[in-house]
Amino acid sequence: MNIDFHAILPELIMTGTILVVLLFDAFLSERRKQVTMVVGLLGSVAALIATLTLIGEHRSTFGGMFVVDPFSVLFDVFFLVSAIVVLGLSLRYMQDGRYYQGEYYVLLLSAFLGCLVMPSSRDLIMLFISLELVSAPGFLIAAFRKTDPKSNEAGLKYFLIGVLSSAVMLYGMSLIFGVTGTTRLDGIATALAGKAGDLNITLAAIVLVVAGFAFKVSSVPFHFWAPDTYEGAPMPVAAFLSVPSKAAGFAGLLQLMFIAFLPKADFWAPIFAVLSILTMTLGNLVALRQRQMVRLLAYSSVAQAGYMLLPFALVTVGDAGVNHAAFSSAVLYILVYGVMSLGAFAVVIGLAREAPGALIEDYSGMIHRAPVLAVAMTAFLVSLGGVPPTAGFWAKFGIFSAAIDRGGLGPWLAAIMVINSVISLGYYLMVARTMVLSPAADERRARVPGLVGALALLGVLVVIAVGIYPDLFARFPQGATLLGH
Amino acid sequence: MSGWEQTAVTLLTFLPAAGAIVVALIPRGRDRAAQVLGVLFTGGALVVGIAVLFGFDYGAGGGYQFELQTTWITSLGVGYHVGIDGISLPLVELTLLTTFLCAVYCMNRMPPGGSPKALISLMLLLETGMLGTFVALDLMLFFVFWEMVLVPMYFMIGVWGSGNRQYAATKFFLFTFFGSVFMLLAFIGTAFQADPHTFDIVLLQRSGSAISHTLQLVLFGGMFLGFAVKVPMWPLHTWLPDAHTEAPTVGSVLLAGVLLKMGAYGFIRIALPLLPYAAVKFAPYIAVLAGIAIVYASLACLAQRDLKRLIAYSSVGHMGFVMLGIATLTPLGIDAAIFGMVAHGVITGMLFFEVGSIYDRYHTRQLADLGGGMMQIMPRMGAVFWLTCIASLGLPGLAGFWGEVLSLFAAYNPAAGLSVPLYRTIMVFGGIGTILTAGYLLWTVQRVNMGVLPDRWGQAGATLVDTSRGEWVAWAPLVVLMVLLGLVPSLIFSITNDAVTAISHVIGVVP
Repeated sequence: MNIDFHAILPELIMTGTILVVLLFDAFLSERRKQVTMVVGLLGSVAALIATLTLIGEHRSTFGGMFVVDPFSVLFDVFFLVSAIVVLGLSLRYMQDGRYYQGEYYVLLLSAFLGCLVMPSSRDLIMLFISLELVSAPGFLIAAFRKTDPKSNEAGLKYFLIGVLSSAVMLYGMSLIFGVTGTTRLDGIATALAGKAGDLNITLAAIVLVVAGFAFKVSSVPFHFWAPDTYEGAPMPVAAFLSVPSKAAGFAGLLQLMFIAFLPKADFWAPIFAVLSILTMTLGNLVALRQRQMVRLLAYSSVAQAGYMLLPFALVTVGDAGVNHAAFSSAVLYILVYGVMSLGAFAVVIGLAREAPGALIEDYSGMIHRAPVLAVAMTAFLVSLGGVPPTAGFWAKFGIFSAAIDRGGLGPWLAAIMVINSVISLGYYLMVARTMVLSPAADERRARVPGLVGALALLGVLVVIAVGIYPDLFARFPQGATLLGH
Repeated sequence: MSGWEQTAVTLLTFLPAAGAIVVALIPRGRDRAAQVLGVLFTGGALVVGIAVLFGFDYGAGGGYQFELQTTWITSLGVGYHVGIDGISLPLVELTLLTTFLCAVYCMNRMPPGGSPKALISLMLLLETGMLGTFVALDLMLFFVFWEMVLVPMYFMIGVWGSGNRQYAATKFFLFTFFGSVFMLLAFIGTAFQADPHTFDIVLLQRSGSAISHTLQLVLFGGMFLGFAVKVPMWPLHTWLPDAHTEAPTVGSVLLAGVLLKMGAYGFIRIALPLLPYAAVKFAPYIAVLAGIAIVYASLACLAQRDLKRLIAYSSVGHMGFVMLGIATLTPLGIDAAIFGMVAHGVITGMLFFEVGSIYDRYHTRQLADLGGGMMQIMPRMGAVFWLTCIASLGLPGLAGFWGEVLSLFAAYNPAAGLSVPLYRTIMVFGGIGTILTAGYLLWTVQRVNMGVLPDRWGQAGATLVDTSRGEWVAWAPLVVLMVLLGLVPSLIFSITNDAVTAISHVIGVVP
């Protein structure tokens, strides 16, 4: 079999980086372990460059199981940029906390390797492997604060629910194989479009597979792990779980739903409507009551997942225009969400020394102590709430447009999402109010790691720039469509 | 000239935003520089605005001038389209003038609570949002500008406000945001009814009546929520007394002077011409709510003890007259509404300036604590307060008169298809409202200006100095306008008339 090495070059570089980090770690003295981060960073940049050489390519290797197309390149760029950011956020945090840095970076990069493979996987088995590759290192690094029982709880909860949902998903995949006789996504689509197999089993299998991914993107009712895990895990790991890991789940879900299961959309779209409504509403309502920043961001990220699930509910068999709009709006929301959420975590990590417990009251009057971070946080929160002129508004606008254009159920879903946006501003503003309007407990300048501050500032620039000129992001999803395969 | 005509509106809209960035970059502690830059940038925008005022072709009929249309977000089908006509021109000039005067006022009287630099920067950002709302000719562009005022105003109230500022700021934000998200859905819905899909207001005006009647009602309902909260119409007004009372002086002036007009302008520019059928169906309800607002607000004013809160409530009543004018759907009513908006901006802006200065001197806004006698110790301040109050109550010869009386006239003869008895009943209630308005304002003047200065102020007399030069500079243009618009109302009507007639043709008469 001929292997297209150029197509898998980013993954190869990432694998090599992981091995080099592992090797370096064995020979570095305890005080110089942070060098492993630099190695990881260089490897990620190299992989990013390799990915950029694939722009515009359409390649397929391993018998069509692994595909490079604009969709996979877009997501790989997103994951590698996230990897660079998460590595940057980790450096001082992991040093300050005296963690095992070498092991941490190996595990983190392994999880990112899973992310990289995910959008190229056009086969059930590949999808399963990449999903596990994202999850398994995640179980470990979530429990990396070894001395803290909360972190142990975080890892264990994540592990138990993760393994359960994997098992359920694998069962669903085996049923799909049984019905269609193939594991290739396009093959499944062809089979489902015909009259293959028992309809009830097919539909049950789709539900089971969706359930596995619903865990990954922390959709209700599979969201229980998220707040506890985010709170207990080291903060950079929470950032990883909230953005790249969740985006990987969505990348997989997009491929499954828009390629393999598209012929049965009439069946599963209403399921997504229910999931989406429950996820956004529950996430927002519970977030209102949070008094701890990371838990608040966790519930916020549950609610945001609800928004991203909404476009799936719009998919209609045979209406290419609607499906295309739904697909683009979902991808745009994931990209924008990544910037906003990583930015918010960057601020929390930047202030980790001042507010180690991350209670919201600890951030009182931060505008006087760390003005740049306080303004940055306000921008990220306002953007998460969807207020123009920020990127978050256009992401929501994309979903509203797709929903209203579809008609039928669409406008109602948009109305529910709109009410949710208002509710969400209740707690986003609460945080901004604490940071900007409340008096500071003490007036000392906050000690903010320079790298983290710079990343937060960069995030604000992106959020505002995309808010003013949305085409910066909005034109990518259009060209990265999975439809029409 | 064509280059200038295309860029003038964009220039005056974004000049303040550029100023906001420049001011934000000034090093810490250089507050004076921030204040000067604030005056320079708002002044620069005002100069462009005056140039536009002279370059505007008043004989051209109702069309848009200084138009610029270009692509913005191709992937989402949203364009950048700005321009002004007779409806937006007075409001744009009002915004430019009010913000400039606020910047001038800030030269001498900076509210305490936060860094002056930040306040000036937010004020400039706010100005861009307000101006953009009035010049935008694309629904999404309009929406972005509309929402852009939220964040600056939120922080203006929250950081520099008085006592209950956090509550007031949050309430302001959530109320407005709640209304506007439904407005957004309605905008998207309207745009997707056009073929091909477009957010362009000018194009949509042409195809508006093509939307099915049921759908028009739904879409109008969404827009109504957004605009009515902003106006604010009774019973969605409850954010207003809190926000206006707690905001710092310049915040209140801009809120009352300009922000409230955005809602009424939205009705005239977007809701009525784009959804003409629904406009006729909704108009009676709007008129009823407006009538309630007029009476309710004047009764509420009679019960207020805080001077600033009283003036805040009076805005609800005055905007009631504006909405009544719009709800008649006649050219006369809409003309009266625009006049009423400008007059209210000038008068209430001036009143909030006055209240700010009174508070600076007395350190109280409670009418009972003030105790009267201001004329004795500060005759000039008292005279301006008196003049502004009687302008506000609608005395002929001053600016407040024309908007109110003409909207009542218009209610006597509403557009065809509207219930004449209903509108005439509302007219009667509006008339009762004007009497109550006169009542509470005269009573206020009596309690602040008249009588004998209480002893406690006599002892503290050193702080009670009469109007300063800085205040005169900020106030004089408003005082002049108050008289001028009252004596020569055609200053506004000659600008608005053609454009309003053009809009009314679009609204037409729908059976």
